Amino acid sequence: MEKVTRLASQNGVVIFTKSSCCLCYAVKILFQELGVNPTVHELDKDTVEGREMEKAIARLGCSAPIPVVYIGGKLVGSTNEVMSLHLSGSLIPLLKPYSATLS
Amino acid sequence: MNSPTSHFVPPRRMGVYDPIHQISMWEENFRNNVDLSASTLLIDDAEIKFDNQSEYASHGIPGTSKQYDQEANRLADKIQRRLAQNREAARKSRLRKKAYVQQLESCRVKLMQLEQEVDHAKQKGLHIGGTGLGSNSLDFAASVNSGITSFEMEYGHWLEERNRLTMALRNALNSHVSDIELGELVDGAMSHYFKLFGMKSAAAKADAFYVMSGMWKSSAERFFFWIGGFRPSEILKILVPRIETMTEQQRSDISNLGKSCQQAEDALSQGMDKLQQMVSESVAAGQLEEQTDTPHMSTAMERLAALVSFVNQADHLRQETLLQMSRILTKRQAARWLLALGEYFQSLQALSSFWANRPPKPA
Repeated sequence: MEKVTRLASQNGVVIFTKSSCCLCYAVKILFQELGVNPTVHELDKDTVEGREMEKAIARLGCSAPIPVVYIGGKLVGSTNEVMSLHLSGSLIPLLKPYSATLS
Repeated sequence: MNSPTSHFVPPRRMGVYDPIHQISMWEENFRNNVDLSASTLLIDDAEIKFDNQSEYASHGIPGTSKQYDQEANRLADKIQRRLAQNREAARKSRLRKKAYVQQLESCRVKLMQLEQEVDHAKQKGLHIGGTGLGSNSLDFAASVNSGITSFEMEYGHWLEERNRLTMALRNALNSHVSDIELGELVDGAMSHYFKLFGMKSAAAKADAFYVMSGMWKSSAERFFFWIGGFRPSEILKILVPRIETMTEQQRSDISNLGKSCQQAEDALSQGMDKLQQMVSESVAAGQLEEQTDTPHMSTAMERLAALVSFVNQADHLRQETLLQMSRILTKRQAARWLLALGEYFQSLQALSSFWANRPPKPA
């Protein structure tokens, strides 16, 4: 969990994914479309602590185990939460500090 | 068998016991019944006794003829009993045959009904039969069918209710009901759409391919299909002009909503493209004819499982679009918009019917 917190507190958009997860890929594309380049951590590529991180993230209780999104060190949630935020117009304000095109 | 006429007693003996009549009756019965041989024997005995008896009777010796009377009586009784038994056996046999034939008839009717049901289901596009993958395919297809079959039935009911709600909205808007009543109708219509998303989620678990195919929708609706349903940004574009009076803030909010919707749709579409690419790679890398537990096949299956997530995510987007619209618009505006939405889908269904029934082009 410590590694998760450490990685998550990085500035900007942090997404925990798996290389085989296409929904994770879709979320990454959305952020890129909004002018943000997210930091992507593929849990299946971390051979040492990947499984532990996966378990820790599952305990966070998001709508899905992956992808899990942090913005500016704060937990946003999974795909559902990101989509709801975006359609309600609340996502872009969160991204403004981190995007060249939005601010 | 022997000809019966040789056994007939000459007429001048009729006065004694009426044997001719008796014998002809017996022979009638024997032709109709089964047990002939023993009875014929009895007749022979009876004949002999009668023949013998006639010599004595005409000479008037009382003692001997009485003895023969008794024997003839006992014989007649036996014959009568045997005939009665035969008649009873024959009657029971006829009853059994009748019951059997009736059973066959009802089975035939039942079979015809079942065949009709199967044909009807096939026409509606249900996939009956296995996927061809192995011995378990038929069992799997049967359990999948029930999930899809129940979805199809539920969807039929859902459509009826959707049409009823659309008509209710039209009537309410035309008769100028209060905003509160309109609000209730709007909430009801929204809940009804959300109910469909729940139904689709269950159906996607049963068979995501089926939901993606849109076989449960009319052909014109299928033409506009995007990941298992309508494209949210499209319905915003074409139906918002139907809402007459809007504030500047509302127009701006709806414009932003449309833009966000488009961006979300693009992201999901690209995710779907990636999914297709990954599945085709794992299929091409492996050999499909092998069992399901080869690495390539299980990878392909794992990746395909993501299809359910995509269908759910697309429905979530549709739901969020509806929710946002209900927040931006007043109850009256939302009623007008939902009416337009219902009428739009009804028109697409009508278009499908017209297209299907169009006259064939001359050759």
